[in-house]
Amino acid sequence: MFSNEQSCWFVRKVVCWRAVASIAWAVLLLLPITALFVILSRFSLLHPIQTISECLSFATCASAIFSLILMCGVIIMVGFLNLEYYTVIPTIACSRIALLGQLLHPRQLVHSLAHCIMGTIVAWCCAVTIGGRYESIGGPCIQNDDTDRLPQMCLNEYHLILLLAGAFVGFSHSLLGVIYNMNYVSFHTVQQYKYLRFKGSLLLVVRCSSTQALYCVRNYIVMYFFLGYIPKAWICKTLNLHLNSSVHPLDSIPGLLDPSLLYHQWISASFLLFTWHITLLLFRIFVTEVYSFPVQSSFTEDAHQCLPKVLTDKQPMILKFLALQDFALLSQHSPSRRCEVFSLSQPGGHPHNWNAITKECLSLLADLTQRLVAYHDTVATNGRSKSLSSGSERKTSSESSVTSGPEDLMSPRPAMLLRTPASVFARSIGGFPQSPLTAPFTPDLDSPFSSPALRRLTAPMDQCSPWFGTVQSPHIMRRAPKLWSTSTDSQVNGSPPASPASVPSPKQEPSKPSRLAQFLQNRKEQVKNFLAKRALIMYLFNKLPEASSQALFADSQAHIWALEGGNRCCTLSLISMWIPAVFADTTCTLLCRPPGLSYLVQASFSEDQFGVVQTTLPSILGSMLVLQEAVDRHFKLPHASSKPVRSAGSLGESTHKTLRFALRATLKTSIYRITTTFGNHLNAVKMSAEHRKRLQLFLEYKE
Amino acid sequence: MCSLASFPPPLPSGQTTLCESNNELLSGTASEHPQKQVRVSPFRHSLKLHSRTESSSKADGRTDTHTPTHTHSPVSCVLVVPKWLSVSSGFSLALLRWFSSFHGSMFPHLTLSSEDMLAEFSQVLNWSDCVVRAFAWHPHTDKFALALLDDSIKIYNPKSATTPTLKHRLQRSVAAVQWKPLCASALAVACQNCSLVWHVDPCSLSTRPSSGCAQVLSHPGHSPVTSIAWSPSGSLLLSASPMDTAMMVWDVASESCVPLQRVGGGGVTFLSWSPDGSHVLASTPSALFRVWETRMWTCERWPCVKGRCQSGCWSPDGSRLLFAVQGEAVIYAMTFSDKPGPQAAAAVADLSETTFNTAKGDITVGGEIQSLSWDPTGERLAVLLKGDPQAADRPAIIAVFKTRSNPIFELLPCGFVQGELDAEPRLMQFHPNFQHGALLTVCWSNGRITHVPFYFLSAGVPHFGLGGSPSLPRPQEGAADFANQSLFTELIS
Repeated sequence: MFSNEQSCWFVRKVVCWRAVASIAWAVLLLLPITALFVILSRFSLLHPIQTISECLSFATCASAIFSLILMCGVIIMVGFLNLEYYTVIPTIACSRIALLGQLLHPRQLVHSLAHCIMGTIVAWCCAVTIGGRYESIGGPCIQNDDTDRLPQMCLNEYHLILLLAGAFVGFSHSLLGVIYNMNYVSFHTVQQYKYLRFKGSLLLVVRCSSTQALYCVRNYIVMYFFLGYIPKAWICKTLNLHLNSSVHPLDSIPGLLDPSLLYHQWISASFLLFTWHITLLLFRIFVTEVYSFPVQSSFTEDAHQCLPKVLTDKQPMILKFLALQDFALLSQHSPSRRCEVFSLSQPGGHPHNWNAITKECLSLLADLTQRLVAYHDTVATNGRSKSLSSGSERKTSSESSVTSGPEDLMSPRPAMLLRTPASVFARSIGGFPQSPLTAPFTPDLDSPFSSPALRRLTAPMDQCSPWFGTVQSPHIMRRAPKLWSTSTDSQVNGSPPASPASVPSPKQEPSKPSRLAQFLQNRKEQVKNFLAKRALIMYLFNKLPEASSQALFADSQAHIWALEGGNRCCTLSLISMWIPAVFADTTCTLLCRPPGLSYLVQASFSEDQFGVVQTTLPSILGSMLVLQEAVDRHFKLPHASSKPVRSAGSLGESTHKTLRFALRATLKTSIYRITTTFGNHLNAVKMSAEHRKRLQLFLEYKE
Repeated sequence: MCSLASFPPPLPSGQTTLCESNNELLSGTASEHPQKQVRVSPFRHSLKLHSRTESSSKADGRTDTHTPTHTHSPVSCVLVVPKWLSVSSGFSLALLRWFSSFHGSMFPHLTLSSEDMLAEFSQVLNWSDCVVRAFAWHPHTDKFALALLDDSIKIYNPKSATTPTLKHRLQRSVAAVQWKPLCASALAVACQNCSLVWHVDPCSLSTRPSSGCAQVLSHPGHSPVTSIAWSPSGSLLLSASPMDTAMMVWDVASESCVPLQRVGGGGVTFLSWSPDGSHVLASTPSALFRVWETRMWTCERWPCVKGRCQSGCWSPDGSRLLFAVQGEAVIYAMTFSDKPGPQAAAAVADLSETTFNTAKGDITVGGEIQSLSWDPTGERLAVLLKGDPQAADRPAIIAVFKTRSNPIFELLPCGFVQGELDAEPRLMQFHPNFQHGALLTVCWSNGRITHVPFYFLSAGVPHFGLGGSPSLPRPQEGAADFANQSLFTELIS
């Protein structure tokens, strides 16, 4: 799947081994968890001694060992699924229909099915472990009404209800995983050792799995009460079992409200969820551990593993994220590695490392700026275009004269994969064309009818949506049609998709629309208006208020690190550059007091002795200021600055919901870090008047 | 080791310390130097006003602390409840109380009410009746925030005419305030039930920012918050509560926290982040404190012999920690270097009680230390001594030391800072970037705030760290300042 061989080394050598280590720990931890479960499930308050002896005798029997092996297999499977499904960029569904699409995606269905089966297996193990009436699915019974009194094989409903509960819990775990982004691996702001991180979140996992088990069991009981007869009848039929009429059926109120049954259901559900959550937690902890990339290598065959190279890689995303994290930490904590960043190449004397790293960081920032500008424009024009029924052509042609400020800094980056953050399968989108279901779930499609299905109806070749990498600057993005209808129009008419090379074409094309296009346009408007009046459809297609904003900032962790790292590095290097300059006339002082200043001079030498940073400072500052402006504008939109509800005690990651706030704060801090360091020396840096005005605000601490 | 005996005697009453110039502390009566009062007087008016209105709210505070004893037993209320319920709940309550008393006997501070706890662990002397409860200079500009007895916070900025007053429903019993570094607007406030982070737009003309400008950072079981500390890079906020064994690392923008839990000690009372960002001092209510290293967040345990660590401060380069222990009149110093090895704290100053003969009788100075403060150039160390509130001849006083780190670390006497008659110092802080030396801001018990400048030329060069993130630079410092520095330090030594 990964066409790029260089990306493979990381997945092969690091991610896989980390996953294996996490699975191994989860399997090791399974033993004490199971022991605890055995004790808790068999515990009786009145006979504590008997409980212990029973537990001990159970531990030695063959079925216990067999079920333990089965559960190990389940844990390994869960770990494997974690590895297969994890993502570092959260998937944010922008409308309910998109969420539904995610849930019904074949890949997700496989996930749910696998969890269903594994849930059943674990529930079977639980049933065996609890023993007693749950032990087996069938048992001999004597029917009352039978005249011959022959023992028959009857269905043990207690066993069945536990198995189905396992399947239900497994399924709902998988479902909630999609809704709460359980597969999203977030990076912590605070670095801690793995053991301490595990210890710190253990309590949360216990609490979260037990409450989730409680809710699951509640829902399950309701469901079993209404639909329980279906699986019962089916099992009886397939396994040729009879229903025991002498005992109460369990899909009745007195049957279900048995406290011991409820307790056993709850404790097995908690056990199941706890083991799975532990596996997930360990996976997250292991996979997000800091990986230290070498800055430069003396062997050419290892060059692709070095930080500057790795940063520019697109796939896999985890590699990029870990590299950026390492870069941010390097800039804070390790002077020796910073020194390597500032070093020059031996023949030639070019600062290749620094250039590569800055280029990547700047392009990340530029990309985000571009995305924000485009989003802002979409929102703004959509607000206005309500009044124009079919005249979006007019609008686009008039808008093409509008110039945007930031494009001088935008380096064109075709095929930027970060641009479509909202794909479930971000790891694999590089390899093949996007599947029709996931491709358009991007935040730009602000019209309520931007559903994949409708799009596909009108436009079979959907790859030229404004987000798919053909468009390169906010200029073009503005010229490109904003509404789905117009975008498809041009394609239906056979016009080439908007591309930077053919700038005039979208201007001329719409000026003489054919009759057919006009007709189609009108039809579409009618359909749209008709559909908009149906409440259910509106409910499904309406955008969730914050989601698009969240989706825009979905991968902001990368930007945060890029900002922190790049900015810290450049701050350090520049400090060291201007200090010698400032002190040049105080050389005698330097000589008089060697210990104090030599330390400083040494530091300056060690940080950036060649001044490799000074050439990039204007562009760093410029891109930060442009981004700052874009972010400020974005936060003026409704819903963008509303805080999400804090969900305490849930294992589902909610950090992605607040990434935009984190980005805004980091951005501000970063600019302040530069301005406080250099103060008025920044006046010597070349930049536009607008930027200078903005920077002046920062210099006066008025931002 | 430096001791108080080598200090110049305290001033006669009526004289106040004005400044340090030419290596000696100058004094005068308040009427002699009206120009020194100019900056203070606008504040004095408002503060006096507050201190008067506060007498009523203080009474409220008293009743607050007493009400729990009345409402403590829910069993004795008049409602008719089934007998078995009352008996069983009474029994469980008794069991709970017995258990918590057991816990309280291990950590006596847990039995205190939250107001008392704040007063006990605050860096402010007599926090409960102090008019100014917390004070913070902005790290980069000339503005500061004051927390007053009526739980409001005022922000004074010489460049703007407005003084915003911050009030919030949850802002009660403010124990500490701190500005976020590398930011113009964010102010963190440690309150009784939570921490607040205010975003006060410096360009805004409003005098009452709405409570929507404040972020509430709360975590169950993490109250009262007695200490907060921003990381010098401005990215993280630490908060500590004596009731919680975990200290919280907040990512303020996303309002998420990571608890760093260590059980021993029974809580965290005081936090201090080293200026280079590499270490954090966290003291506990028992005779134990920790020094965290901020890269992987591991900690060293430092058990004390006598009492808990009352206060501490870091040298500007983050390599040296000075701290004071409750019950001892000694300042200890500890050095941190890259080389691992056996470390121990060394006593660097002895502040045991010393009697000075003055014209108006004997004055005894010394004893336990309330708080320590080191100026950002690392040249002056101010020590707030508790004194004895009962005895008239043993006042609370600020002793100022000169510090040297070359060739060996040393404290040298500088003098005492005294205020007006009957005013005792409650709280002090150095200005973070005073260009002509150091500027000590002192809040007095009569509600007055004075700035005491120490004019000297700094010998220390700002250390742009090899071993960590850059320390806060001071952009205004030009080349001219540097020309004479070393010569001058040779003189003073």
